[in-house]
Amino acid sequence: MDIFYPVKLFADWLTLSLFAITPKTLLADAVNFFIYDTIKIFILLSVIIFIVSVIRSFLPPEKIRFILSHKNKYTGNIIASLLGIITPFCSCSAIPLFLGFVQAGVPLGVTFSFLVASPMINEVALVLLLGLFGWKIALIYILSGLIIAIFSGIIIGKLKVENLLESFVYQNTINGSVDLPKMSRKERIIYAKKYTLDILKKVWPYVLIGIGVGAFIHGYVPADFLAKYAGSDKWYAVPLAVLIGIPLYSNAAGIIPLVGALTEKGVAMGTTLAFMMSVTALSLPEFMILKKVMKTKLILIFAGIVGAGIMFTGILFNLILK
Amino acid sequence: MEDKITSIQVLGSGCPSCHKLFELTKQAVKELNLEIDVEYIDDIQKIISMGVMQAPVLAVNSKPVLAGSVPDIQKIKSLLKC
Repeated sequence: MDIFYPVKLFADWLTLSLFAITPKTLLADAVNFFIYDTIKIFILLSVIIFIVSVIRSFLPPEKIRFILSHKNKYTGNIIASLLGIITPFCSCSAIPLFLGFVQAGVPLGVTFSFLVASPMINEVALVLLLGLFGWKIALIYILSGLIIAIFSGIIIGKLKVENLLESFVYQNTINGSVDLPKMSRKERIIYAKKYTLDILKKVWPYVLIGIGVGAFIHGYVPADFLAKYAGSDKWYAVPLAVLIGIPLYSNAAGIIPLVGALTEKGVAMGTTLAFMMSVTALSLPEFMILKKVMKTKLILIFAGIVGAGIMFTGILFNLILK
Repeated sequence: MEDKITSIQVLGSGCPSCHKLFELTKQAVKELNLEIDVEYIDDIQKIISMGVMQAPVLAVNSKPVLAGSVPDIQKIKSLLKC
């Protein structure tokens, strides 16, 4: 049973009865699509972000660091990537996270696994994938993202690039952790509620615009319109998608619904996945911030490895998901 | 926790939520009639050496009491009352 069936009924009622749009027209189709998707996405966003925030309140970065500094290399990369899923990546915390990990003795490669997974697999992207593409694509996205994060970290660890960090990074070492006051159950709920509202406040215009433009494309652009430019047989589609995705980070919430509609019009699924991964994982603002702690060369190596991983994933799924 | 509060610091990387916490904390101090200046520190190394990895941080007597989020003013007041 589809738990969103009532939403569907509501969208039908709104479109046909309240707005009195002639059924089976392009306009009815686009309006219905917009109402249904918007409501569904906002329900999913509220529920999932709330749950993730509650989990997160049990695993603050300080605890994650403690876990990671006691793991050996490969297990460390895997656990770092998994923990990256529930940790939000915000520009405020990027540098403290990086320094905090490295100075507490978490290996550089493990730190990078975390740095890749944290923005790439975030709850907003997941909700949109789940709501607009279904659970299979969402799962493929998570698993590919994890694998890219794990291997990028392992490779960077093997490259011995410690000399490419700014010199002050290793001048300080810290041990031990601080005991922040424990949260009560009520405080966790308050925290999760506030966090969910904050995220919703931040992303709603992008989501609305994304779904709106998506609904327009869904209704008015002919199917397979884009196939001749971005079908799975076009070799340049994936690298191009990755390049276009790099400067778009701040709008990830609006881009996914848009891309969802483009996929219907002939953009291959692998290309879509690569594009979304590039939007979330490779971001220009993040690179600028990381420049405070590492040399440009290391940022390029980091972006190169992650970018190559994303392209490989895109090309692979273009071959598989025909 | 009966020690007297001798210093209150907000530590951040200069991001918008760090400033918001700073403003809220100043307001909380005023409303509680505490006679302490709230200090704003943007040295990230200082945050790290406190053992915290999230910004912004609210520290009382150089001990972090809150990290990574901006709560409402009531919560800040309760943290300052200790």
